[in-house]
Amino acid sequence: MEQLKTIGRELAMGSQGGFGQSKEFLDLVKSIGEARSKAEEDRIVLREIETLKRRIIEPDIPKRKMKEYIIRLVYVEMLGHDASFGYIHAVKMTHDDSLVLKRTGYLAVTLFLNEDHDLIILIVNTIQKDLKSDNYLVVCAALNAVCKLINEETIPAVLPQVVELLGHPKEAVRKKAIMALHRFYHKSPSSVSHLISNFRKRLCDNDPGVMGATLCPLFDLIAVDVTSYKDLVISFVSILKQVAERRLPKTYDYHQMPAPFIQIKLLKILALLGSGDKQASEHMYTVVGDIFRKCDSSSNIGNAVLYECICCVASIYPNPKLLEAAADVIARFLKSDSHNLKYMGIDGLGRLIKLSPDIAEQHQLAVIDCLEDPDDTLKRKTFELLYKMTKSSNVEVIVDRMIDYMISINDNHYKTEIASRCVELAEQFAPSNQWFILTMNKVFEHAGDLVNIKVAHNLMRLIAEGFGEDDDTADSQLRSSAVESYLHIIGEPKLPSLFLQVICWVLGEYGTADGKFSASYITGKLCDVAEAYSNDETVKAYAVTALMKVYAFEIAAGRKVDMLPECQSLIEDLSASHSTDLQQRAYELQAVVGLDAHAIEYIMPSDASCEDIEIDKSLSFLNGYVQKSLEKGAQPYIPEGQRSGILNLSNFRNQDQHEASSHGLRFEAYELPKAPVPSKIPPTLLASSTELVPVPEPSYYVETQQVASVSSSDAGPSELKLRLDGVQKKWGRQTYSSPAASTSQSSSQKAVNGVKQTEGSGAVNSRPRESLYDSKKQEIDPEKQKLAASLFGGSSKTERRASTAGLKAARGSSHGLEKNLVSMEAALSSHDNAVEKTIVQPPPDLLDLGEPAVTSSAALEDPFKQLEGLLDSSQVPPTVNSGATKAPDIMTLYSGTPATGQNTDGDSLLPGLSNSSSDAVHGTNTKSTPLSKGPNLKDSLEKDALVRQMEWLEQEVYSMMADRVARPNRGHMEHPLSRSAHYTAPRVTELSGDDWFCDPCLHALAPNDI
Amino acid sequence: MIKAAIVMNTQGKPRLAKFYEFLSLEKQQELIRSVFGVLCSRAENVSNFLDADSFFGPDSRLVYKHFATLYFVFVFDSSENELAMLDLIQVFVETLDKCFRNVCELDIVFNYSKLHTVLDEIIFGGQVLETSSAEVMKAVEEISKQEAASNSIALVSKTVSGWRR
Repeated sequence: MEQLKTIGRELAMGSQGGFGQSKEFLDLVKSIGEARSKAEEDRIVLREIETLKRRIIEPDIPKRKMKEYIIRLVYVEMLGHDASFGYIHAVKMTHDDSLVLKRTGYLAVTLFLNEDHDLIILIVNTIQKDLKSDNYLVVCAALNAVCKLINEETIPAVLPQVVELLGHPKEAVRKKAIMALHRFYHKSPSSVSHLISNFRKRLCDNDPGVMGATLCPLFDLIAVDVTSYKDLVISFVSILKQVAERRLPKTYDYHQMPAPFIQIKLLKILALLGSGDKQASEHMYTVVGDIFRKCDSSSNIGNAVLYECICCVASIYPNPKLLEAAADVIARFLKSDSHNLKYMGIDGLGRLIKLSPDIAEQHQLAVIDCLEDPDDTLKRKTFELLYKMTKSSNVEVIVDRMIDYMISINDNHYKTEIASRCVELAEQFAPSNQWFILTMNKVFEHAGDLVNIKVAHNLMRLIAEGFGEDDDTADSQLRSSAVESYLHIIGEPKLPSLFLQVICWVLGEYGTADGKFSASYITGKLCDVAEAYSNDETVKAYAVTALMKVYAFEIAAGRKVDMLPECQSLIEDLSASHSTDLQQRAYELQAVVGLDAHAIEYIMPSDASCEDIEIDKSLSFLNGYVQKSLEKGAQPYIPEGQRSGILNLSNFRNQDQHEASSHGLRFEAYELPKAPVPSKIPPTLLASSTELVPVPEPSYYVETQQVASVSSSDAGPSELKLRLDGVQKKWGRQTYSSPAASTSQSSSQKAVNGVKQTEGSGAVNSRPRESLYDSKKQEIDPEKQKLAASLFGGSSKTERRASTAGLKAARGSSHGLEKNLVSMEAALSSHDNAVEKTIVQPPPDLLDLGEPAVTSSAALEDPFKQLEGLLDSSQVPPTVNSGATKAPDIMTLYSGTPATGQNTDGDSLLPGLSNSSSDAVHGTNTKSTPLSKGPNLKDSLEKDALVRQMEWLEQEVYSMMADRVARPNRGHMEHPLSRSAHYTAPRVTELSGDDWFCDPCLHALAPNDI
Repeated sequence: MIKAAIVMNTQGKPRLAKFYEFLSLEKQQELIRSVFGVLCSRAENVSNFLDADSFFGPDSRLVYKHFATLYFVFVFDSSENELAMLDLIQVFVETLDKCFRNVCELDIVFNYSKLHTVLDEIIFGGQVLETSSAEVMKAVEEISKQEAASNSIALVSKTVSGWRR
């Protein structure tokens, strides 16, 4: 380490106030710095640990020495070695009276211990004491420790002291006390819920730093519950205004910006408060517009504030002027050379695009540049933007790009994310089945093991059900193209397991369906798969089941089945497999192949993966058998409740098995075997001969039937086995469900269409814009332009696909719904805007802040009344006519230049001041009043109430409309999703060997065995 | 909220690591390593932001700045502004610079506890406490002064260069 040669510098530094270190420590750091390898470093550190262990327990260590040991311990821990032997010494050090040692002790314990550590209990008492200390630095050190070390249980121990510190004369302490409370709120909101008013109170602290500190907890509180802080909008706006107008002391400036961090926090808060609230937003327009104009865009921090403005504008009720200003800033960001600003620009674009979809077109080339930028962060952000702006017209380009990128990266976390986005977009906007299948193949091929298993199930479902249009030829085309593409891919080495499962399933189900490929060809491929991936049991299981299906379909079609030799050997292998599941499957296959066509058609109907399976739980088909047995003299079945205690044992075992078949795991405690227990298990109609004997395999007597009359005793046994009955009625395809369900579904579909039409007005005007992409920049690389055109243009295609897209979105994932809703909301809100203008008076102009009706509205239901009480009489209602400066000017109080402060104050404050409080204003700081609002003018109140009533009505109407939009959609959406769960269920159980007997499909085999 | 502040050198050695939510020692080391792995592979003229979801869990961003032989890294969530965090790093470094007159890696190595003192005056319990380096300096100097006063032994060591004892 070259710099170590300048060791003299350290020696000089070592003598700086109180931070002196010994030669040993310097040597340690030096030798670690010079270590050539990690192993060498570890050796040095371990030696150091040994030394410290020895030294630290020596008696009578000088305090200064002890301090150094502790610092060395901290250092050792930072390097990743355990220093827990010294924790107790650090704890002890916090008890010391000297400030240096105390602070070192606190530093060490905050770094060493977590809030649940056993040693904390030894510190709490010290913290309590230190919080009451006269020395504010001790208090600060204790507060620092409080943040890190106090957990939910110990909060009450220090809470009173911390609350008391909110009134500490030093602003540094007040600030830290607020932040400590904020921390408590994070850890356990309930513990400080009664103290939340303190945050509001501190908002009017006369130190701007303390006020700034309260914004952090308020931001969190508002994020959780917006409505109860609406009354603060005006206060926040007035604070922001004063900050932006440089009324804070110069010391709060940062790079010539007035308190930018406070501005940023305030803008974040306003964004929350104004979101979806027109009235609140109107208060903000002026100040946000001002900041847009004033902000210095040459400094980093200025751009940070501008970016926050964009976020705010995108979040609050839209205002055209502000949107324009935001778009200008975004343009500036995107054109800048700085990657940071480009990043912010792309992010801002993603936020604004929801409100004004045409904005992206202006920047299309910049966006494409970002997409091709070597900076990974920027690239990802751009993909996020593209994801947000995907439509059916550009889905192909975007998803192709995403997949290319996905292939190029190694980061599994991001790969997973981008893969799931590709899948989502493909499901929502796929222009054709062919494309969809190919895209999914690519995703699976390159990220197969990373995608969620649900995606695979979804894909299988989609291939099985088709795209929803009642067009059988399209569905079978989809299947054939899937089969073809899979047969093409299957030869490639090292395919992900999940993908192979899909391939096997599809080949088994549809491989021979269109007659293009012979059964022997398909089975050959399946055998190859099972062989090539011989250590993946799941794939093998899928392959064997697929083989069984192919053979079954062959037999059912009346063709002669010749099992391939390799298939035969595979089956033989598997019937001796260690996996019972594979064994089971192999035996099943052999059994199926031995059946005749009629039986096969019965147990393995072709293309029936979507059929619902009904279970006859009353086992009525056994009645004949029971009757016969009874005639032969067998004992009749005694329902469980009527049996005597002697039988309980066998009875119990029986019960156990049933439960096992439905749960696998029992969560409730075992019952005691006491006499007649009313059992959950309904009396099964068992033959008397089996009744007393605990039969290990329920499959021998629990026979099921595929096409049974709907069992009448449904309600009773529903607990017992697969709960399919409720599911299928609700979610089954229309053809399989009861007539009631199907009508409700069709009506909901109609509703979707109906809404589509009403919503038209909103959607239509956005569409033509899509085609308006500028053709000015002719000199740009034609390649890029082509890309731009395909990303941003192509309106005609959109129209064509619009309806299917909607449908797909509905049947797609929940995200689709969200998107739909967002776009509808946007449409509605723009509509809303228009109506608003006609009904109510025009919204106030940007610059017109002081509309009396609005200001007084806040006073109307003002929870600040309490606050006023707290703030005693110094709260001054300003006169109405004071216009823009009517909010009392706290910031001039801050500024500490009484001459100007008093002058401006005088005008607005004096008229309302009582004698006592006027004194206070002119003297030192009073509890200042950024929170005051207009006077309670009665008539303006009434006016306001009227306006609000109208607005309310309007809102009601729109929310009703929105409801109508949302509801059918939701219903529609849930359908495929829960169906998928239902649908995959039988297939999944097919795979899980443990409860294979749940699957009635396989169970049809049982009778032959008896 | 800010989740972590890390200073490490260009060889990946941590110089300061402060996590505002408790993490086990192993996890801390793992995070430092993985952050370094990403940082050292980034080119010069790229943005200072990183998506930190993969190491710090959902909703984490990372801002870093490269000074001479050191990386300064702040990790935070969506309630902070990336550009502002970049400036906070600037504040931190500026303060250190004032503190040590032309700060270099060595100052940071040898004044480990002072580094923490400075950081604690800027970030408190995961929230931004102070952004003016002059104010931070004032607070730090006050602490130094009082510490010196409170500890007579320290006073002795100050005059007779303490390391020799």
